Amino acid sequence: MNLWRDIKGTVQPFWVTLRNMLRAPVTIEYPEERRTVSPRCRARIVLTRDPQGEERCVACYLCSAACPVDCISMQAAERADGRRYAAWFRINFSRCIFCGLCAEACPTLAIQMSGDYEMGSRDLLKLVAEKEDLLIDGGGRDESYDFYRHAGIGVGQVRGAGDEESPPADFRSNLP
Amino acid sequence: MNELLITFALVLIKLLLIFGVVLTLAAYLVLAERRILARMQLRLGPNRVGFFGLLQPLADVIKLLTKEDVVPDRADKPLFLIAPGLAAVTSLLAFAVVPFAPPLEIFGRRLPMVVCDLNIGILYFLGLSSLAVYGVALGGWASNSKYALLGAIRGLAQLISYELSMGLAVVPVILSARSFSLTDIVLAQDPLPFAVVHPLAFLIFLISVTAESKRVPFDIPEAENELVAGFHTEYSGMRFGLFFVGEYINMIILGSMVTVLFLGGWHGPLLPPVVWFAGKVLAVSFVFIWVRGTLPRLRYDQLMHFGWKVLIPLALVNVLATGAILLWLRGS
Repeated sequence: MNLWRDIKGTVQPFWVTLRNMLRAPVTIEYPEERRTVSPRCRARIVLTRDPQGEERCVACYLCSAACPVDCISMQAAERADGRRYAAWFRINFSRCIFCGLCAEACPTLAIQMSGDYEMGSRDLLKLVAEKEDLLIDGGGRDESYDFYRHAGIGVGQVRGAGDEESPPADFRSNLP
Repeated sequence: MNELLITFALVLIKLLLIFGVVLTLAAYLVLAERRILARMQLRLGPNRVGFFGLLQPLADVIKLLTKEDVVPDRADKPLFLIAPGLAAVTSLLAFAVVPFAPPLEIFGRRLPMVVCDLNIGILYFLGLSSLAVYGVALGGWASNSKYALLGAIRGLAQLISYELSMGLAVVPVILSARSFSLTDIVLAQDPLPFAVVHPLAFLIFLISVTAESKRVPFDIPEAENELVAGFHTEYSGMRFGLFFVGEYINMIILGSMVTVLFLGGWHGPLLPPVVWFAGKVLAVSFVFIWVRGTLPRLRYDQLMHFGWKVLIPLALVNVLATGAILLWLRGS
């Protein structure tokens, strides 16, 4: 009957609210307790180092090209042994939208998203991070990855010493 | 002369005590409502200011007092300024007839534990509760804002739908107690509270009282998601605070009216009468908060429909039946 359904629909919710009142709240009281961030959390951007402790960044500009809000800028330079690096590297975190496209674009796994989300500031200029602020000591997500073991022919090691690289062919052996 | 002075002092102490307790209770009811509602929604509620958030009302008052008191452009200024006061004062005045304990013997004189034991206490309460809607109506009218005006109109439409059934629900109680005085009504329910004797009247009165307090599910005059804040949209600072405090004082008054008329007032075993009275009032207040946490808001045509087509006929039938049974019991 319709009336019976209406009465039931009015009375039953009272039981629901009473039950929920006795359950533990789901609130996390922020400054005192913090939730553990997920491993794929996208917060402060960092620049990582390869297993030898060298900067991974080769200043290829792919991250700044991928960035939809143009918050990454850098100046490329080259060392005496032919390895490229960023002379300066700047991320304007007041512009950054933490989309993670720069980390996806990076061929050397240099630029990565970290789990450090507490970076609010009242001063916009404090949010502009230079290379020294961005560089961390470790390798971040893929600790053992070394770009120059897989690419960058003749830079960092002699030709043919890379992991998936065959020794250079002696073209003279192919002569008739 | 000395006798007169003592009487005067006693009355003054009683008045100040009631004033302080009611206002403090209203302030802490706000906190209690926020905490309990939060728990029903699996949140914690305000718990930062002081231990368990117990200083939150104080912080709120400081905030409200230091805010700018804005009068909107082309508002009806005198009415605009007086309306919040009306809302708060009418609800405070209604407490004058609520007896919260049996008379006390002190300094060889009988001190009734009620500000003024009117022999028409119920009529006084009903009159003031109708008067309270003037705060809403005038505040909404004077604001020069369409949302406030709509809220005021809804408040008036709501008044005519619940007021009748509220008055009719009280009639069986008056018939059984054979008195309009609230003290006599409490004394009449010594063995059995009227909620047991007149369950239907109790239910109708409880629903009407929820409508009277303008709380969910009958908060259509201030319906946040339709009318911004209804009749108090344009109010800020302590004038808004007066409306707000008025609502919570109203909650206490209506809670004590439910207690006095249906739950047996101060009667109860073991504990002192005042404790029983306060406990019952707080229990009714909890029910108000519980209802707010549970039910959605009615449309205002639904409220009118419910008031005129369900509550009033039921209350009328109840009055007839109670009168007939009482006549039959007296065997005349």
